[in-house]
Amino acid sequence: MKKFNKIMSVVMASAVTAALFAGCGNAETGTPAADSSSETEAANETASASGVLKIGGIGPTTGSAAVYGIAVQNAAQLAVDEINAAGGINGVPIEFKFEDDECDAEKSVNAYNTLKDWGMQMLMGTVTSGCSIAVADKTAEDNMFQLTPSGSAVDCVKYDNAFRVCFSDPNQGAASALYIGENAIASKIAVIYDSSDIYSSGIYEKFVAEAGNQPFEIVSAEAFTADNKTDFSVQLQKAKDAGAELVFLPIYYTEASLILSQASTMGYAPIFFGCDGLDGILNVENFDTSLAEGVMLLTPFAADAEDELTQNFVTAYKEKFGDTPNQFAADAYDAIYAIKAAGEKAGITPDMDMSAMCEAMKAAMPEITLDGLTGIGMTWDASGEPNKAPKAVKITDGVYTAM
Amino acid sequence: MKKIKMTKTAKNNLITYLMVFLAYVAVQILLTTGNISSLMKGLLVPLCIYVMLAVSLNLTVGILGELSLGHAGFMCVGAFASAFFSKCMDGMMPDGLRFLFALLIGAAAAGVFGILIGIPVLRLKGDYLAIVTLAFGEIIKNLVNVLYIGKDKNGFHFSMKDSISLHLEEDGQVIVNGAQGITGTPHDATFTIGIILVFISLLVILNLINSRDGRAIMSIRDNRIAAESIGINITKYKLMAFSISAAIAGAAGTLYAHNLSTLTALPKNFGYNMSIMILVFVVLGGIGNIRGSIIAAIVLTLLPELLRGLSDYRMLIYAVVLIAMMLFNWSPKAVEWKETLKEKYFPKRLSEEKEVK
Repeated sequence: MKKFNKIMSVVMASAVTAALFAGCGNAETGTPAADSSSETEAANETASASGVLKIGGIGPTTGSAAVYGIAVQNAAQLAVDEINAAGGINGVPIEFKFEDDECDAEKSVNAYNTLKDWGMQMLMGTVTSGCSIAVADKTAEDNMFQLTPSGSAVDCVKYDNAFRVCFSDPNQGAASALYIGENAIASKIAVIYDSSDIYSSGIYEKFVAEAGNQPFEIVSAEAFTADNKTDFSVQLQKAKDAGAELVFLPIYYTEASLILSQASTMGYAPIFFGCDGLDGILNVENFDTSLAEGVMLLTPFAADAEDELTQNFVTAYKEKFGDTPNQFAADAYDAIYAIKAAGEKAGITPDMDMSAMCEAMKAAMPEITLDGLTGIGMTWDASGEPNKAPKAVKITDGVYTAM
Repeated sequence: MKKIKMTKTAKNNLITYLMVFLAYVAVQILLTTGNISSLMKGLLVPLCIYVMLAVSLNLTVGILGELSLGHAGFMCVGAFASAFFSKCMDGMMPDGLRFLFALLIGAAAAGVFGILIGIPVLRLKGDYLAIVTLAFGEIIKNLVNVLYIGKDKNGFHFSMKDSISLHLEEDGQVIVNGAQGITGTPHDATFTIGIILVFISLLVILNLINSRDGRAIMSIRDNRIAAESIGINITKYKLMAFSISAAIAGAAGTLYAHNLSTLTALPKNFGYNMSIMILVFVVLGGIGNIRGSIIAAIVLTLLPELLRGLSDYRMLIYAVVLIAMMLFNWSPKAVEWKETLKEKYFPKRLSEEKEVK
């Protein structure tokens, strides 16, 4: 047996080595454009010969956050197909490839490296904040242009090669507090947030910070974590006992739908106010949408909006993927169009190397104005933050209506 | 064979060291000639991390004979302790020295936790020990998620509520930000450092196994009552194995923290999923077989990445391959079949072995 183990281990070791070499084989044949600058001379010719612009995307398409990753993947593909049908960027068609990161920072970096091997020239990703921070470190190192559709944490756009489409967490928290204060919606406020989630705790902190300047009072702030997010009766009871007129929910819609139904069971009916994470609450399965009546949320996108762009997008998305797009999808759709706008402004061509393209895109991003799904007349700062007005919508008669 | 006098274990260990060394040389050659894909380049450090984790868990599971499901917890302790140190000391001392200290701190912190957890936990046996270590891993993960530590000119501030209640001065900096973890840890981990650490782990573990202490540990595994009756201090040796295993996991955690610029304690990276993953490396590689752990860790880390071409089906294929490999290695039928194969192809060697015996 010992002997055989030895033989087996030799076989397996050689399999590993073979795998190593297999990986290298790919590197030699499969990376025309994204390798180090020493090889770009030769590589450029291959890239321009093929004449496509390679844009990569990263996000979770498996695991618990798969909903967001798949939405981004679908919407980005939709936008890419539209752009290609209309002649591409500067007449160059786009090739889009999406890699799974399972919402894990380490896997995300692996996905990024895989895309680099494929020859990616620009990155539209990643979907989640934690991964985005890890990947931004690598893109900054390689000087690759990165536009994250939904990485909302502050550090996602720390480097000057990274931009984002969504609001940042602090931005949303402060905007929510400002909105509630200015419109005098309530004077006593309770917050229920997910302390184990970056998005939720990020918004919560800035909301509390901004609340100090506003004419309302936070009477209770209760947290829950990813491990116990099914029973919210304690948090709701505390909010009720403290006499809160408004409950602020900087969380995702799955938990929010539970909170709404549990609040209704215990006969507590405050105003519920949320951020863009609440978008999608009307599509939760087995959820009585009448419970969401009167819920207010600050979101850049509503699938029921009347404008032509949204209508077209929602119809096309439904037709192709059989699902109503959420805000992540809208962000991704806008991200691809932002890349197109900036790319046309910068006059990028597929034969540019990654670094030169990044410089051109960086210079062009602050100069473009985009009328997208998540905002009209969006502009970007050189810091990477988008400028767009948050829209507050209220759910009345089962549809989102602008306020 | 008889010219060089060498025991069987020494020969076996030498093969293990040589294997790691050859892998290192091969990768270095590929790196210098530029024949390596970005994906592989990015995977080199994680491979070292997983090898260290698998080898260290094998010490607990294979040599000590106790099933521990909290290995990721020790990794988490090491990662956060070292990242915290690096974040505080960044720019205050040379990078190399700082990383060395971070490594020592990561390993020491995890080792201390290993002793602390080990004292009560190692009184338990079998399933109970597995359950308690599982709980420990989860507790560590959740504790880290509510920990807020900030620094300003008045010193350190600590809270378990949120970063606002730290009451930092204007110039203050939040270092550990609860669920958002530690961001911006300097990127110090390289493949060479990783391989050196793998070597050190192997040296420590293989030498321990073949030492007097190692034999005492194995005697506890094989027959606790007999070991006790000949005067072996069971608690001491159990703790020794458990804390060494934890310290190496802590060093692996340090490497992990200094490889990515974001460090968050998610169920994915420090939860029980990871602990089970490491256990799978150990079981698949052969319980008690250090070389097997190395190979299993490498194969199972590479597999999902090399299967990326299959897009969404890769996790399915990965699971199928995992089951197939488990069956091939452990099912009695497969073992029997391998025996017959062995007799068919190596009858001579077998008889030789018998003669020696």
